[in-house]
Amino acid sequence: MEDVVVDPDMELLQRLKAGDEDAFMTLVDKYGPLMLRIALTHVRTRAVAEEVVQEAWLGVLQGLDRFEGRSSLKTWILRIVANRARTRGEREARSVPLSSLVSDGGEDEPAVDPDRFFGSDHPMYPGGWAIPPHSWARMPEERLLAAETLEQVRAAIAKLPPRQQEVIVLRDVEGWDPEEVAQALDLTPGNQRVLLHRARSKVRGELERYFDGVAV
Amino acid sequence: MTADGPIVPGGISCREVVEIVTAYLEDALSPEQRSRMRTHLEMCPPCAEYIEQVRTTRRLAEAATAELELRPDRDALLTVFREFKQGS
Repeated sequence: MEDVVVDPDMELLQRLKAGDEDAFMTLVDKYGPLMLRIALTHVRTRAVAEEVVQEAWLGVLQGLDRFEGRSSLKTWILRIVANRARTRGEREARSVPLSSLVSDGGEDEPAVDPDRFFGSDHPMYPGGWAIPPHSWARMPEERLLAAETLEQVRAAIAKLPPRQQEVIVLRDVEGWDPEEVAQALDLTPGNQRVLLHRARSKVRGELERYFDGVAV
Repeated sequence: MTADGPIVPGGISCREVVEIVTAYLEDALSPEQRSRMRTHLEMCPPCAEYIEQVRTTRRLAEAATAELELRPDRDALLTVFREFKQGS
């Protein structure tokens, strides 16, 4: 089953294979920011993230001859940087408290605090909202998009476990398709969705706390 | 729907709705689950609000990071490229 995709970067890829420096720098400008962002989901400092991106580009250059176009160039590059960043992040993490790592696992992480729902034995509303969300519908757009709100969103994303960050960045920030993300990050469609679900649920929860004025 | 029985729109509880929101938005539910979810959302304003908030969250995630200027060190990458070419 040869599944060769039509790659928008085909021309750049050909030039890069021929050793064209301009083609390389064009790709650096095109995908570098995203690569850096993905690296930063795994490692703690900008300096280390820069190193990860440099290692990843070297990996791209070294692997060019083996790249067969089974995925797009974009997906392939992302996969390389995500792998390097993960390895580097794991190495760093050995000297970091374990608590910051464990929440990525498969254990239950409810999207909403279970205490906000009635119990399943409630006579009227089993499993219904006991404390429903306040409406955001009347919130003016200026408040939604205020610098302070966006700062809350960035902080909430930065707090997520690395794999959730990767998925929410690629899906919601970069607008990638679920299939592309699953391919780039070596995830099944189901796992991709679970990670996205947890990420969005937590960021929504943080926003809610902020809008309700409970958060500091 | 009568006043004397429990109210569970679409046969899905609100607590379940918040866990399948993403699958719903991704169009990954079975046709039957999807139709039950629609029924629930039509009858349950808090869940309809919840799903709107998830959509807003998605939009804000994009807005929040779009303005971040993250440019990797071009000079360092140029060096990587040149050294690679020399070595190959």
